[in-house]
Amino acid sequence: MAVIRLKDIRHSYAANPKEGADWALKQMDVEWQDGGAYALLGPSGCGKTTLLNIISGLLTPSHGDVWFDNLNVTSQPADTRNIAQVFQFPVVYDTMSVYDNLAFPLRNRKIDEKIIDIRVHDIARMLDLEHRLKERASGLTADGKQKISLGRGLVREDVNAILFDEPLTVIDPHLKWQLRSKLKELHGRVGATMIYVTHDQTEALTFADQVVVMYDGQVVQIGTPIELFEQPKHTFVGHFIGSPGMNVLQCQLDQGKAIVAGHQIAVVNTLAAPDQLTEIGVRPEFIKFSKNGMAVDIVKVNDVGRHSIVESKMGDHDLKIMVPEGQPIPSDGAHVIFDTAYTGFYVDGWLQERD
Amino acid sequence: MSLILENVVKRAGPDTHIYETSVEFKADGFNILLGTTLSGKTSLIQMMAGLERPTSGKIWFGGKDVTKVAVQKRNVSMVHQQFINYPNYSVFDNIASPLKIAKMSKSAINERVGKIADLLKLTAMLGRNPSELSGGQQQRTALARALVKDADLVLLDEPLANLDYKLREELRDELPKMLADRGCMVIYATSEPAESLMLSGYTAALDKGRVTEYGPSAEIYRNPVNLKTAQVCSDPPINTVTVEKLNDRIKINSEIFWTATNDQIKLPNGKYTVAVRAHHVKPSGNEQLLVKISGKILVTELSGSESVAHFNFDGATWISQSHGVHNFDVGSVKDFYIDTYGCLFFDEQGRRVVV
Repeated sequence: MAVIRLKDIRHSYAANPKEGADWALKQMDVEWQDGGAYALLGPSGCGKTTLLNIISGLLTPSHGDVWFDNLNVTSQPADTRNIAQVFQFPVVYDTMSVYDNLAFPLRNRKIDEKIIDIRVHDIARMLDLEHRLKERASGLTADGKQKISLGRGLVREDVNAILFDEPLTVIDPHLKWQLRSKLKELHGRVGATMIYVTHDQTEALTFADQVVVMYDGQVVQIGTPIELFEQPKHTFVGHFIGSPGMNVLQCQLDQGKAIVAGHQIAVVNTLAAPDQLTEIGVRPEFIKFSKNGMAVDIVKVNDVGRHSIVESKMGDHDLKIMVPEGQPIPSDGAHVIFDTAYTGFYVDGWLQERD
Repeated sequence: MSLILENVVKRAGPDTHIYETSVEFKADGFNILLGTTLSGKTSLIQMMAGLERPTSGKIWFGGKDVTKVAVQKRNVSMVHQQFINYPNYSVFDNIASPLKIAKMSKSAINERVGKIADLLKLTAMLGRNPSELSGGQQQRTALARALVKDADLVLLDEPLANLDYKLREELRDELPKMLADRGCMVIYATSEPAESLMLSGYTAALDKGRVTEYGPSAEIYRNPVNLKTAQVCSDPPINTVTVEKLNDRIKINSEIFWTATNDQIKLPNGKYTVAVRAHHVKPSGNEQLLVKISGKILVTELSGSESVAHFNFDGATWISQSHGVHNFDVGSVKDFYIDTYGCLFFDEQGRRVVV
C-alpha cells in the first residue's frame, strides 16, 4: 500500500527525442492516492500503456521520477515493486486447476498454505468461481479464464497497486455488464489502489472515482465522472466522453462576443489572441428546441431507443441534439437554444475558466 | 438484389448451429444480424458467402438458387472482426488486390483506390505497410479492400468490435452513408443492440440458432413479437417479472400492483410476463403514475451522461438506467418507479400480447 507519485515524467522511445512528436509521454505530474479507484482513459496510441508500464517498472522513463510513498523507485525493477498487473487476454496455466492458478502468486511468495487456502476461497467467492476450484483451467470459457486472471491479480494482500490493462476487451457485451459490476464491487472490498486502463468510457466512468483522460501523450483532465461530463477542460474530453460527444463549433470573436453562424453565443471570459483557435463546446444533451432560438436545418433523426439523436446544420456547422424518448421533434423551421450553464468557450482546445 | 433464406438448417455433427430458418432480407439499406456469441451470426454469414453449405434448405440471391455456388463464383466481399491484410503489401496494394485479380486497368485501379482511400481517411497511409498502422487504420484498410470492388453482397462480421470506442462511433455513422448508393446488399453482424439501432435499417434478432424476428431495427426494438426478441434487442438486459391481471388491476404481488392502462385493461385476465426496459425503471417519479418498487442496490454504473443501478427485486436482479449522474449507495435500499406505459406483456409461451 502506498501513494504513487509520478514527478515530471517524460518518455520517448526515440534515442534522441527532438520535436514534440518524438515523445510518447510529454510531461506529467500525477499523484495516485492509496486505495483509490482510477481509470486511465484515452484512444489507442495516447500513451496509456506506456504510463502503466512506467508505474509497474516494465519501463524506465527517459525523464522524471516514480515515487512509492517516500521511496524513489524509478530505477527499481518490476519484480521488486509489488504491483499486480492484469492484461487484456487471459493468462492462465491451462494444466493447473482453478485453485492452483489462484494460489500461484501466493505460493511464489512462500505463504503458509493455510492462509493461501483462506485467500483463494475468499477471492473465488467474490468472482463466483468457488464451485469450479477443482476443475482444470483449460475447461473454462474465455470469460471464466479472464476471471482467473483477475483473481490472480486480486489474491495478494500486500500489493502497492493493481493495474488492469483493458481487461474486458474480449468479453461479450452481455458478460461485460457482469464483470464490470464485479470489479467495482471488488474495489470496495479489497481496498487496494486500482488503475484501470481502457478506451471505453463506460468502463472508465463506471469503475473509477477519478478518471485520468489522456490525449496525445498528455493528461488533459483528471476529474470525477460528473466533472468530465459537465465541465470538459479540453475539447478532446468533450468529444471523447459522451455518446455522441460534445458539439465543437468554431467561433469568431467580435468585440468580446462569440459568434457562430451569425448568432451570438452567451459565454463568459472570451479572451483570446487573434491567431488562436476559438471554439464553443456544447453537449447534445444541453441543446433544446425552442421557438425563440437559433435556426437549424434538420438533416436526420436517428431513433436509438431511449432517445433520438437529431443531426442538424446551424449554418455550416454540424450540430447534434439529443431528444428524450416521447418528446416531439419539429419537422421544419426548427430553432434551438443552448443551456448557458453548460456551454463552454475554448481557446486552442482548452476551456476558459469562468472566473 | 434480394437475398432469401428458405428453410435453411445447419448442423455440424450432433450440434445444430441454425434451426430451420426462412428470411427474406430487404434489398435496400442495411441488414443487421443481432445476437450474442454462438447465436448463429457467423454460421449464417458463412452460408451467405458460400464458404459453407446448409445441411438442408436453399439460399436465393438475385432470384437465383446459389445454395451450391462456390464463394469464388458469387461476387461477395467480406470483412471479419479480426482484420486481415497482406502484411508484405503496401496499403495501396492491399486495397487494390481484388481489382488486380479482376484484371482492371492501372488507371482505373488508381482512381478507385484513391476514391475509397479518401472516404476511409487512408490517403496519407497508402505507401505504408499494415504493420505500421494502428488497429483502426488496419481495419479501415480491410474495409476499403472489401468495398473497392463492386460486390453484389457485402458481408461484415462484427467489423468494428476490435476498434476504439470513438472510432466505432465514427465508422458506425459513416458506413451506412458509404454503402448507401452502391446498389449492393449489406449484411452486418453485431452483438451490440445499440449498434443495430444506430445503423438503423433492418434487423434479424438471433437467439441460439433461431431468428426470433426480422423487421425494421427500431420497430422490433419497440414492438417485439416475442420475449426472446425483446431480450436480444436490449442492453442493459431487459427486466422481467410475472404479473397477474385481474380486471383493472395488474399485480406483481399482494402489495405491489398498478391500475391497468387503457390498453392493458383489455387483456384477458390471467398470468403474464411483463418486460420493462432499464430506462423505464426510474430512480424518481410520481407514485400516482408509476409503480413503486424497492430493492437493495447491488452495483452502480456510469456511462457518459447516464447512470445505471442494479438492484434486487422479486428474487431477481433489476436494472434502472437514467439520465444524469446519480450516486446510489451500494448496499442501501432504494425506491424505483416502473413506467407502466413502457411495460411489454407476454404470454406463458413468451409471445407478445397486444390488444
